[in-house]
Amino acid sequence: MYEISLLTVMSFSVIFALSLNLITGFCGQISLGHAAFYGIGAYSAALFTTGGGSFWLALPIAMAVAGFFGFIVGFASLRVRHDFLAITTMGVGFLFTGFVRQQEFLGGEEGIAGIPDPGIGQIPYMLLCAAFAAAVIAFSLYLKRSWMGHAFDAIATDEDTARTLGIDVARYKLTAFVFGTGLAGLAGALFAHYVKFVEVESFDFIESISVLAMVIVGGIGSIWGVVVAAAVLSVLPLLLQVFADYKLLIYGVLLFTVMYFAPGGVDSLMQTLWRRISGRQRRDKGQ
Amino acid sequence: MNYSDLLVQGLVEGCIYALIAVGLTLVYGLLRILHIAHAGIFTLGAYIGLLLTNETGSFAAAFVITVVVVGFFGMAFYRLFYEPLLDKPPHVALIASIGLFIAMEEIYRMVFGATSLSFLAPPLKDTVTVAGVRLEEGRVVVVVLAVVLIGGLAVLAGRTRIGIAWRATVSDAAMAESFGIDLARVRYVNFFVASAMAAAAGIMVALLLNQVIPTMGGVPAYKALAIIVLGGLGNVRGTLIAALALGVIESFGTIYLDRVLDRDAIAFAFLIAVLMIRPQGLFIRR
Repeated sequence: MYEISLLTVMSFSVIFALSLNLITGFCGQISLGHAAFYGIGAYSAALFTTGGGSFWLALPIAMAVAGFFGFIVGFASLRVRHDFLAITTMGVGFLFTGFVRQQEFLGGEEGIAGIPDPGIGQIPYMLLCAAFAAAVIAFSLYLKRSWMGHAFDAIATDEDTARTLGIDVARYKLTAFVFGTGLAGLAGALFAHYVKFVEVESFDFIESISVLAMVIVGGIGSIWGVVVAAAVLSVLPLLLQVFADYKLLIYGVLLFTVMYFAPGGVDSLMQTLWRRISGRQRRDKGQ
Repeated sequence: MNYSDLLVQGLVEGCIYALIAVGLTLVYGLLRILHIAHAGIFTLGAYIGLLLTNETGSFAAAFVITVVVVGFFGMAFYRLFYEPLLDKPPHVALIASIGLFIAMEEIYRMVFGATSLSFLAPPLKDTVTVAGVRLEEGRVVVVVLAVVLIGGLAVLAGRTRIGIAWRATVSDAAMAESFGIDLARVRYVNFFVASAMAAAAGIMVALLLNQVIPTMGGVPAYKALAIIVLGGLGNVRGTLIAALALGVIESFGTIYLDRVLDRDAIAFAFLIAVLMIRPQGLFIRR
């Protein structure tokens, strides 16, 4: 039973981290408020199913609502860049929590309790989340190799040059935001129906930083690195009490040390290691 | 509460924001780093100030010692954490700074405990009447401090050798260096001034609320970020105006906007609205 909950948590964390990776990793648009979209997905799904709606319908609704708000915030990325965008997206996160706290229909400070069970049992729910996670990984892999992925990459590398090359920067940025925030909404809906309770603290600035930490530790833009980082970082607090007690300290130190010593994250470390090993073998064979 | 009360309260809040935000904008102006861990330094000031006051019994002595100690801490912080990152892409320092800030909050929780600390004998709690508005002495001191420290900064920047060196470095670091300016020294002074001001703000906030908690830096820090963007990143004068304006807007906003947004989100609503119209902030960098 315990392993089931670990795998479920792992699955929606992977979706959440990959959704940010799409915006920040692929398209190079830093976001310090991504938890807001996770929250928008969680709240809209929770509202829908506590109001009697079907769980299966709640998932696309959560994606659509989160993606819609992502589309609006995406416009911000057309107006401001780099540090300005970082602070603007951070502001979006605070606007979300500040708004939810004051709204009675969203439960205010207390949140929404009694979210109905999807009614498919624990194991199928875990499999469902894992299937979505696999689909998002596949989508990320496909996207990265597609024409759109290359356009994202160009924008991430040098926006002005990309524009000169005739890439419709605005369209691709908005697309990245809609995809990324929509998937965050999906992760949020899955999360809400797993814990059966949403409150605004689950989607605050610290949560935005936690998901950013997964992307950073995995390696910005790296799919497998982010998957591994999200899987490990999301279940460690459940496995080790020490990690749960000092989660923020560990995240903080991780963010700093990764940036300080290996800005490419786990992904680039593994590649360097791999190159060393294979390089040495080649040399050994040569001698 | 009548309008003049709201206005005065808003200006006092604005002075606190200004003390925090000016340091932040100085760091950005010089190094192009969004120094999020500035909030951790603010909290450190609050802790040291409170503990020293309780230990020595003298708020004034504790204040001076704290400001100087935290100023030096800021220099060490720069040397240890930021200097090695100066040549890396801008997001590296930003993310490292977020990590440092979160780690600092956790370290405070471990060292000082998660529960709030308070002054044994809270100083400056009497009320005085200024221009028909009744105010705690502490609030008056906040305004005086903001005027003295920021005024002092203006004199430092305008009249002294190091101030001129500092301004030259902000406008063109390579050129300044070729004229024999010691960039490292300018950066140290910059971090000393910024951290000392944050510490002063930290002690005063601790005094006004009569409590210090590990996470007290969070909200003012995020607001200070919004303020320096509004002020046009790196622009000290713009930052001052934005800080005072935000204090006043919040003070009125709690009356009129409370149903829609909580107080702490107002800054960002204002920020986003402004950025959508003027992406470079309210005030263009000189």
